[in-house]
Amino acid sequence: MGASNNGFSVIGKPLPKPDAVSKVTGRAIYADDMLPARTLHCRILRSPHPHARIVSIDTSAARRMPGVQAVITGADLPIKFGILPVTQDERALEHEKVRYVGDPIAAVAAVDEEIAASACDAISVEYEVLEPVMSIDEALVETKDERIQDYGGPNNIHKLVALEFGDVDAGFARADHTREDVFFFQGNTHLPMEQHSAVATFVDGRVTLWSSTQVVHYVHRALAKVLELPMNRIRVIGAAHGGGFGGKTDPFAHEIIVSKLAMLTGRPVKCTLTREEVFYAHRGRHPVLMWVRTGVTKDGRITAMHFRSALDGGAYGSYGVASTFYTGALQTVTYDIPAYRFEGCRVFTNKPPCGPKRGHGTPQPRFALELHLEKIAHDIGLDPVELKQRNFVKPMTRTVNWLRVTSCGLEECTERVLNASGFRKREKKRGHGMGFAISSYLSGAGTAIYWNDMPHSEVQIKVDRGGVTAYCGAMDIGQGSDSVLAAIVAEELGIQPADVRLVTADTDTTPIDLGSYSSRVTFMAGNAAIQAARKMREMLVEAAAAKMGAPVEAVAVGGGRIGDFSFEDASILAEARFGTLTSAGSYTPPKIAGPYKGSGVGPSPAYSYSACVVDLDADPRTGLVHLNKVWIAHDVGRAINPLLVEGQVEGSVYMGLGEALMEEQEFRKGLHKWPSMLEYKSPTFLDMPEVETFIVETVDPEGPYGAKEAGQGPLLPVIPAVSSAVFDALGVWIDEIPVTPEKIVEALRRKEKGEAARFGPARFPSIPYPACIKVEPPAKELDRAAPASI
Amino acid sequence: MREVDRHVVALEVNGEHAELLLPVHKTLLEVLREDMQLTGTKHGCELGECGTCTVLVDGKPELSCLLLPVQIEGRAITTIEGMAKGSDLHPLQQAFAELGAAQCGYCTPGILLAAKSLLESDPQPTRDGIREALAGNLCRCTGYSKILDAVELAGDRMMSSPPRGVAQSAGGDEEL
Amino acid sequence: MLRLPRFKYLRPKTAREAARMASELGPKAMFVAGGTDLFPKLKRRQFEVEALIGLDFLSRQVRAGADEAEVDAGVTLASAAANEHLSATFSGYAEAAGVVSSPPLRNAGTIGGNLCVDTRCNYYDMTYEWRKAIGFCMKKDGDICLVAPSSPRCWAVSSSDTGPMAIALEGMVTLAGADGERELPVAALYRDDGIDYLAKQPSEVLTSLRLPVIEGNQSAYVKLRRRGSIDFPIAGAAVALRLDGATVTRCRIVLSAVASYPLEARAADDFLTGKTLDEETVRAAAEIAAKPAKPLDNADLTHFWRKRMVRVVVEQALAAAATRGGGSMVKLLGQHPG
Ligand SMILES: Cc1cc2nc3c(=O)[nH]c(=O)nc-3n(C[C@H](O)[C@H](O)[C@H](O)COP(=O)(O)OP(=O)(O)OC[C@H]3O[C@@H](n4cnc5c(N)ncnc54)[C@H](O)[C@@H]3O)c2cc1C
Ligand code: SF4
Ligand code: FES
Ligand code: FES
Repeated sequence: MGASNNGFSVIGKPLPKPDAVSKVTGRAIYADDMLPARTLHCRILRSPHPHARIVSIDTSAARRMPGVQAVITGADLPIKFGILPVTQDERALEHEKVRYVGDPIAAVAAVDEEIAASACDAISVEYEVLEPVMSIDEALVETKDERIQDYGGPNNIHKLVALEFGDVDAGFARADHTREDVFFFQGNTHLPMEQHSAVATFVDGRVTLWSSTQVVHYVHRALAKVLELPMNRIRVIGAAHGGGFGGKTDPFAHEIIVSKLAMLTGRPVKCTLTREEVFYAHRGRHPVLMWVRTGVTKDGRITAMHFRSALDGGAYGSYGVASTFYTGALQTVTYDIPAYRFEGCRVFTNKPPCGPKRGHGTPQPRFALELHLEKIAHDIGLDPVELKQRNFVKPMTRTVNWLRVTSCGLEECTERVLNASGFRKREKKRGHGMGFAISSYLSGAGTAIYWNDMPHSEVQIKVDRGGVTAYCGAMDIGQGSDSVLAAIVAEELGIQPADVRLVTADTDTTPIDLGSYSSRVTFMAGNAAIQAARKMREMLVEAAAAKMGAPVEAVAVGGGRIGDFSFEDASILAEARFGTLTSAGSYTPPKIAGPYKGSGVGPSPAYSYSACVVDLDADPRTGLVHLNKVWIAHDVGRAINPLLVEGQVEGSVYMGLGEALMEEQEFRKGLHKWPSMLEYKSPTFLDMPEVETFIVETVDPEGPYGAKEAGQGPLLPVIPAVSSAVFDALGVWIDEIPVTPEKIVEALRRKEKGEAARFGPARFPSIPYPACIKVEPPAKELDRAAPASI
Repeated sequence: MREVDRHVVALEVNGEHAELLLPVHKTLLEVLREDMQLTGTKHGCELGECGTCTVLVDGKPELSCLLLPVQIEGRAITTIEGMAKGSDLHPLQQAFAELGAAQCGYCTPGILLAAKSLLESDPQPTRDGIREALAGNLCRCTGYSKILDAVELAGDRMMSSPPRGVAQSAGGDEEL
Repeated sequence: MLRLPRFKYLRPKTAREAARMASELGPKAMFVAGGTDLFPKLKRRQFEVEALIGLDFLSRQVRAGADEAEVDAGVTLASAAANEHLSATFSGYAEAAGVVSSPPLRNAGTIGGNLCVDTRCNYYDMTYEWRKAIGFCMKKDGDICLVAPSSPRCWAVSSSDTGPMAIALEGMVTLAGADGERELPVAALYRDDGIDYLAKQPSEVLTSLRLPVIEGNQSAYVKLRRRGSIDFPIAGAAVALRLDGATVTRCRIVLSAVASYPLEARAADDFLTGKTLDEETVRAAAEIAAKPAKPLDNADLTHFWRKRMVRVVVEQALAAAATRGGGSMVKLLGQHPG
């Protein structure tokens, strides 16, 4: 690693997190740790059918059970909600129709959880069972009974997208070689260690909800809508967070249910999902089938690319429209593709809804793209790394689909991992392989989930008797956003992070933040914090200067001092001069979306870059893979806290390896095949290799102190690098994630029989994509003087 | 529903003696969290599959979600709340805080306790030895690297100085 | 939070008292030792009981004698794995105990419980709600088999790691009933039935395992599972060998997790006995051993692949047992390809 802290006193230092002590002593309070006096416990009755109409629900037996305080059904919460304004398709409790095994139907509040569970079992529901739709292929054709949702179409198609940038046909005509491949990426889930939990109270006409959510603001909005209460009667507080990875970014049924039950009973109500229910809440990685065709010149320069994706979305919209766009958006941010056509499709199936998981919609195409380019390199006799490098995007350019690339550390990341791993000098030996891949990710989406003109993040600072409090709506989900805030405020005010009190993720006391997802917090809340802190610093400096009788330029800030005064004394001077000391900062991303419909997904104020090498042994007889080591380099712009950046990178590598080798969601007979931690394979200490991390700093022009994201991007290259290393070891392509031993053995068998030496989908289905919206590409070079403008 | 069978159970938790009248089918996990307000012990599956609920029983890690209080009467139970001495962090807690080995922190109590038991029987474990000992505890955030580093660091510190608490702070900062 | 159903907890002081309680209560009661198998299954409502009979009285000694080692049923898997005498003389047994589940589970789980562990099936080891949704099967609450719908029987998989090893080592168990004790070869403890998988009376308490010292015997256990820890076996081979030079003079191969009971590979034992142990005979023996293994689609990974893997684990276990004298370590298949 190599992180700099030139000229900074806090930024760049590997400081522990502000909540480290409470976490290592067991004192951090997570939602399930709360048990206010007289709390009622809630359990939810869920659908046993993947697809059925509800004929009747009889809750009378449950209501009669001693200890049961309230029973509610969909009739009590009929208003629909959903994370995207265009897909308000969920109900907290469904009373008309269920769409997957696990869809919530009724809820009970009782004096203890045991009684609540028994009462759920006593509710009788009559169903009219409908034919379930369990695959992309089934969703594309006419169903026997009825469609899963009443919007979208034809059949069970949810969303179709077709975009073309530049002249793709001409690009292919110009190519010396073209190639087509089909890939499949199986769905998987976040599996946070903490099961979702929420506690609600209803006091003085106001609902207060503590929840293990990643976005208090979205929960706030959904509650207001479904409970039909003004936003000012609802307060949502993010409790200490036990892991999200994107899985706690939607508003969830149980959050609405406990709020409603609290309103009905006047008592606190708590619901903690069981592990099985967490699998049903899902919103995880979409299974995606992909087809890609690329043309290259003799020397490996890409002339055109055509990419198709089909996403298995599960039963509801969730973030699915965005996910669909994401499967096509970021191909161009790593490779210079002069002409690009993207056709995307998301279908509904009778499974738990998919949504955003670490890397939202981009790990699947990244896997396809990296392998596809390697295959092209083999076709034309070029070294795959060389081919990739020849097509790397350059900093300060605009892609064919109008994405603005500012800082870009691709070259450096690549060199770091290739050199450290000895990739180029690796020994060619059957059974041993190394794989290389690169990737890029957003530092926060450039546009909001729902249309609004508010800033994406705001920070307020209050200084009072020497104490500094920063208020921010962002939720620390373990990634360390609180540390980043404290570090920034401390840096600007010349104090230590421990001197900054943080108030975060509380809709009553903190200003808006669009939440901890899409890797946006450091970039957006960070910039807002800098702005707020600088305003505060100005006041402190002005007051100190006045007292010193010196110009403001002569007042040094740092080491706990403002000019001649201690920070505390300076704050008293400033308060005397200005009254109550508060300041605010906000961040709105630059308007950089391209001039076409659908351009809102993909733009980001900055992109992070990563490169990865995986070293493994793959046994030809058994197909078993043993990971030896992973090298990863990540361009984070600037590491505000290198300790946390490394932690994010290592955690991403871990999750990538899990997805690459073992994590998958399978369905059988209409059900999740194994909703348990034993059968859903998450790597243990013994399955994780050593990871060597390199932090690359490109100092982004717009990031806070030049920082970009670190929490998601480093997951992306790991997955293709694993599959590529298997090819290196055994000469077979595993074009389907996860790479399991049985797939390797089967590919080797096919190779021996003289068939194609691969395991993967045979074909891509025919999908009624609409005609492409044709978009003129922008000028490639960015105007350096005004990079923010379009 | 069947009648509840209640027993008076004497438990030794973190050196404190408690006598409780408990439904016999309540697991130690539930009793710690719901009857003793020791919510530092977390849970992720309640089926023995994740290790999150690990506590020490006579110094050895066991899963509180699969233990009945009646079965462990008279044995010494240690939870995360019993790891620090007053305000002095255990060297493992100190190292976890310093090195960022706790991200979301949800797996942390269980892993800290399992590591404590390891260091007590093997003060200088190899990296693979640490992996073996902690292999029943899943963590989804850290990729385990920082946890391995922290256990090594704590082991080294405990060897070089007598096991005495370190001031309860992370990197010289006061607790927030 | 998943919780246990209500039950009474009975605390007998002796095995005989426990057996008497069990025979009085019949199927309404079950024994519990470490509870690491039973409690998850009770939480998932795979058993319905009114009472649990605690086996906390079981002693926890390992007695090493000149002719045999006696391991009390209450010995935890962790202490069996760490026991010096067992590791030296019955290395395969210590090895098998050391790869069961995960470290914290091995501190609670007993060797007696491991011999009696319930058979497994991924249509069955699921919560009540899940099983209700898919339709109950004959092992609990239903009347058909979801894996093999036309089959009149249940094919749940024997998943004990130490059971096969104890059979390969020609061990005996002591069973205490209400009216006295009896001894049984470990092999006779099991039945080829996913539901009634134990041949003992439900009221009999297993009190100890005795492993005879067979001069020159070398043993090894190789377990296949997806991850390096936590997972049950998806195939395993227990091997005990006696060699005279390179000639096999005694051989016992027993497979785990490929049938409803630990599968003895007698044909392979016979094939190898009297032969020189080399790459070719090992391969041939493994082939023979694997033949009767019949994995079905009710455990992790595909059954085709698991079937292929049986040969590999047998070869590895044979090789490991044979090289035991030299003290070479075998890596678990799940962690490192051979
Ligand atoms: C996540 C997880 C992973 C696991 N992985 C494995 C694995 O890899 N390999 C494996 O073999 N097992 C595994 N197990 C199962 C279990 O932990 C072990 O088999 C353990 O040894 C069982 O012992 P116990 O004392 O806890 O048994 P208990 O749960 O107490 O009992 C198990 C059964 O045996 C009966 N019983 C127990 N003791 C006696 C006795 N002395 N006499 C008569 N009947 C008795 C009980 O009535 C019950 O039916 C796993 C369990 C979990 C939760
Ligand atoms: S094998 Fe068949 S009967 Fe037995 S548990 Fe599995 S599904 Fe049920
Ligand atoms: S809660 Fe998962 S092992 Fe106890
Ligand atoms: S720190 Fe989050 S699960 Fe380990």
